[in-house]
Amino acid sequence: MNLTRRAALALPALAFAAGPARAQSKPVKIGLISTLSGPGGYLGADIRDGFLLGVTDGTLGGIPVQVLVEDDGLKPAQAKQIATRFMKSEGVNLLTGIVFSNVLGAVLPDILDDGGIYVSPNAAPSNFAGKDCNRNYWVTSWQNDTLHESAGENANRLGFKKLYVLAPNDQAGKDAITGFKRQFKGEIIGETYTSLDQTDFAPEMAKIRAAAPDAVFQFHPGGVGITFLKQYQQAGLLGQIPMVVAAPSLDATTLAAVGDAALGIHVSSHWNSDFPNAANQKFVADFEAKYKRLPTYYASQAYDTALAIAAALKGSKGNVTDTEAFRAAMLPAAFSAVRGKFRFGPNNHPIQDWWSLSVEKGPDGKLFLKTQEKILSDRGDVYAAQCKL
Amino acid sequence: MSLVLEQSLNGLQFGVTLFLLAAGLTLVFGIMGLINLAHGSLYMIGGFAAAWTMARLGSFPLAVLAGLGAAGGSGVLIEIIVLRRLYSRPHLDQVLATFGLIMFFNEAMAIVFGRNPLQSGLPDALRGAVLLMPGVPYPVYRLLIIGVGLAVAVLLFLFITRTRAGMLVRAGAADPAMVQALGVHLRVLTTAVFGLGAMLAGLAGALVGPLSSVEIGMGERILITTFVVIVIGGIGSIRGALAGAVLVGLVDTLTRSFLPDALRLLMAQTDADAIGAGLSSMAIFILMALVLLAKPTGLFPAHG
Repeated sequence: MNLTRRAALALPALAFAAGPARAQSKPVKIGLISTLSGPGGYLGADIRDGFLLGVTDGTLGGIPVQVLVEDDGLKPAQAKQIATRFMKSEGVNLLTGIVFSNVLGAVLPDILDDGGIYVSPNAAPSNFAGKDCNRNYWVTSWQNDTLHESAGENANRLGFKKLYVLAPNDQAGKDAITGFKRQFKGEIIGETYTSLDQTDFAPEMAKIRAAAPDAVFQFHPGGVGITFLKQYQQAGLLGQIPMVVAAPSLDATTLAAVGDAALGIHVSSHWNSDFPNAANQKFVADFEAKYKRLPTYYASQAYDTALAIAAALKGSKGNVTDTEAFRAAMLPAAFSAVRGKFRFGPNNHPIQDWWSLSVEKGPDGKLFLKTQEKILSDRGDVYAAQCKL
Repeated sequence: MSLVLEQSLNGLQFGVTLFLLAAGLTLVFGIMGLINLAHGSLYMIGGFAAAWTMARLGSFPLAVLAGLGAAGGSGVLIEIIVLRRLYSRPHLDQVLATFGLIMFFNEAMAIVFGRNPLQSGLPDALRGAVLLMPGVPYPVYRLLIIGVGLAVAVLLFLFITRTRAGMLVRAGAADPAMVQALGVHLRVLTTAVFGLGAMLAGLAGALVGPLSSVEIGMGERILITTFVVIVIGGIGSIRGALAGAVLVGLVDTLTRSFLPDALRLLMAQTDADAIGAGLSSMAIFILMALVLLAKPTGLFPAHG
């Protein structure tokens, strides 16, 4: 604790998460840049907490590590500065943590050009998954499109024919709609790109009602998603027009905030807190014990990221400047992912299963996500074919 | 047709929310010459106080009062502690200091309420919808916001034009030095005006809370639009703020809902959706540019 406090005084806003200083050998520095402030702040907090939960006694895979945490404030320029400082003056060569695709898009080229390694616990835009893939860029979450392909498959499964789709007007939003359309076999009768700073969706609600689709697919992660769902309910659409979403639009936190407005929403995800595997049970129990709240899927991905890095550090004896040695140790994904089956595809993006989830009300009146059935097996992404590594 | 009516009401509702924010901002800018970027923070404080009270006490009127009180109180405090020193300073100093206040309030809210968005519920009476026309239900709560906003506009207008205090406010905007020379305690007046503006921002935050979620940084997002409103309306003018707010609310909502469809008549759907989304988010800025071309001081300039 003293160490943390002194360090925090010396370098404001820089948190050291390494254990007590017992290091004869210098710890491997890991730069964690995430969105900790603003409406998206809880996503970054869950990524940070999930990652730090994976660090045991200041080590990953038996190698002492020091995690430097910084807030990007959802500002690409700020994230770029932090990454540059981490790499040029802190001696960091291994980075992770970014939540949003637009931030990653600004930072990733800098990191890779400087010979760094980046392991993404969340954002994975299409432009880095195909021919611009990189040997030192890893993704432990999913490729953006795949997330929404699962929702498309879920819509097929539920028998919806006419869909109205909405997503923000940015890279992640475009990936969402592209991915959804790729898998969905029915007809898209309305497509709306919402603006990034939008908080009132009343005009969209009116359009949805006028279009009268079988169901609505929407992608609005974090606080915006809560707003969207509440207004969907206030507009009287809930219960009238079903909704299909992928995990980011309805996580444990949004669920708690939205309350009964979430009942009946069809969710698809690669992870859920009720997965019965041992790694997941330990993760969920440890997370709740340490942080006194339910982990979101962001936390699960960050935890898996820490496990993946642990395996890679163990295999490469903690030498992160030898990126080929790190790559060789990372590639087999020699860890038990909390989501179950996990391996890296040819573009360093995951190949994994997808599940449908339903919103249920527990005996205590609280809502929770319940896993239903597997909807996609061993699913990679379509961009992998264009990637030559 | 019913869609046009519904979207116009949505536009009007957004407009009156903007008006509540713009009224305070334009008075402060007009009278004290102060660019207050932290006005959005007062909106946030109002939202948080109301959501918190609603969750604890379950009374909507008390929640709104708490929002008013917290925002008004914070407004008076920052006026006395910080802003008072800035009136005579250049605009850049004001921008810098009030930007600092934004960061201060964002962090303060994060420490007090945590980083998760707060949810503010509604009493059952306000949850339903009324049928405007067959097949067009409209949320009661949004109608209430429109009503409250317009009522505040009328009261504010009467206050500014018909009361002695309002006369001093107008005089203060026109010539502060002369008002002071005539023996009016300008300091008290500015603090009072600032507090009033802060209360209106808090009211906006308290009213918007149940529609969207109350979260850190909610003020900055709406602040830019609010500045567009007061520039269009004419800085320092309440009438201008109302006209600008309703205009911006309608233009923003109607372009967002109808422009992509209109463009679809001219081009392929995917292009129309993308261009429509881009153009409609620019619409209010294009509107501002057009208004300034025709009337460089805004629609209803307060003086000069």
